[in-house]
Amino acid sequence: MVVRKSHPMTDSSPRPRRMPKPTPETQHFWDGTREGELRLQRCDACSGAYFPPRPFCPACGSRDVRIEVASGRGLLHAFVINQRPGPGFDAPHSVAVVELEEGPRMMTNIVECEQSLDDLVIDMPVEVVFEQLDDDITLPLFRPTTKPAGGAS
Amino acid sequence: MKPRSIAVVGAAETTEMGKIPNTSIIGLHADAALNAMADAGISANEIDGIATAGISPVDLAHYLGITPTYADGTSVGGCSFMLHVRHAAAAINEGLCTTVLITHGESGRSGVGAGGRGSNRSVLSSQFEAPYGPVGPPTLFTIPWSRYAHVYGASSEDLARVAVTQRAWAARNPRAKFQDPLSMDEVLDATMIATPFTKLMCCLVTDGGGALILTSADRVDEFAGKPAFILGTGESVETPMVSQMEDFTSSRAFRVAGKKAFDEAEITPADVDHLMIYDAFAHLPIFGLEDLGFVGKGEAPGFIADGNTAIGGSLPLNTNGGGLSYMHSGMYGMYALQESVRQVRGIAPAQVDDVAISVAHGVGGMFAASGTIVFGADHR
Repeated sequence: MVVRKSHPMTDSSPRPRRMPKPTPETQHFWDGTREGELRLQRCDACSGAYFPPRPFCPACGSRDVRIEVASGRGLLHAFVINQRPGPGFDAPHSVAVVELEEGPRMMTNIVECEQSLDDLVIDMPVEVVFEQLDDDITLPLFRPTTKPAGGAS
Repeated sequence: MKPRSIAVVGAAETTEMGKIPNTSIIGLHADAALNAMADAGISANEIDGIATAGISPVDLAHYLGITPTYADGTSVGGCSFMLHVRHAAAAINEGLCTTVLITHGESGRSGVGAGGRGSNRSVLSSQFEAPYGPVGPPTLFTIPWSRYAHVYGASSEDLARVAVTQRAWAARNPRAKFQDPLSMDEVLDATMIATPFTKLMCCLVTDGGGALILTSADRVDEFAGKPAFILGTGESVETPMVSQMEDFTSSRAFRVAGKKAFDEAEITPADVDHLMIYDAFAHLPIFGLEDLGFVGKGEAPGFIADGNTAIGGSLPLNTNGGGLSYMHSGMYGMYALQESVRQVRGIAPAQVDDVAISVAHGVGGMFAASGTIVFGADHR
């Protein structure tokens, strides 16, 4: 997992990135990304993993939940390529949803590849990278997995 | 609710539509409300229930001089008015009130009387979606389409065909913002907004409003407006974050709301003569046709390509031109309801022959919420 300090897409955009403000219920997620971990929660009652964070299981209602570190691997589930500059972004840039190995999905950007329909392919394997925005917030982004596990490239 | 126990007896849009720089948001609500009252042949003192979204029902009641015994401020986005109709029907049947006014007004284009956009940086969508740079609905609402296209082999041409088909309907509507015929190439070659969605696959941004007046069916003769009976109603909500939809090829809220409304009305899709599906973007009629059960999964693009939803087709869809060509102020659901009422009354600009049943299906947020209303004509 890679932690980067600046994002090439942010350099010339006139509008600032919209920054998340953690709550007590989500702080563990943002603490995790700062430490290079993608943290999900898992229910000890029904064993399901879930996201976004909350102190109970959305599937069964149990409060018997714990935090676990995700593998960081997933598949590109869906996306658009924004052709207008988003806050803190230059166009074009992907706004994507990744389905994690553990099951939950999350919004993200796919980075380290061309932002084009040729390079962004549904169900392609991706892995998490972390982008530090400031002292408090580090965002989980995803990049194509160039090497299959154990394979040669 | 009991089918045909409630009727719309007043329905109207704002006097003008499109660009209305001389009227504030609450003024648009009031203009539509006064037009609907005139249609029903009543004045404000005969209204004892109110419902609205975008502004507070308190603002509405005070501005119009109404003293309600029922107030509904349900605000779940553009389908809020479908939910208002449903709640009003229940309230009237329960005796909470007798005559309900539902209003919408939005200065989507001109921004007259609009407040600043406050944003709560702590809500889940602000923490887990906004930092990735979406620019409003065009870059969020559209995301599920890529999944749908992958699963069912759909293409950008399928999106373009929705826009082309609806433009042909808009050509018959003198109040439609865009009336000139569109070609597939014009849609596909338009400015790219959020690949693969071009500008002509995205809704308009205009000013306007609309209002409905509902009462119990046994009172319809007391009103001037030709009644449109409520046969069935449904509503549901799913998620405030499009990234958290259960299934990116189908809306759970659509399925739940639609089934509830159809079951209540005791109809099947085959009984529907005319259909409105809120089209903020061109993929929504595709999702709606499938999730309401008009066609099977993955079949809507072919159904549209075969001309079924077009002029002369078996299921006329979005006959006012829709959000893509008629108007879209921000919360378009009211205009879908207005067109359904016009069609069952037999007074629509692009009137379909013999509409006994019309369905208006709305979406709120980005697949966040849904409301479905089944209207029936007065055949007495």
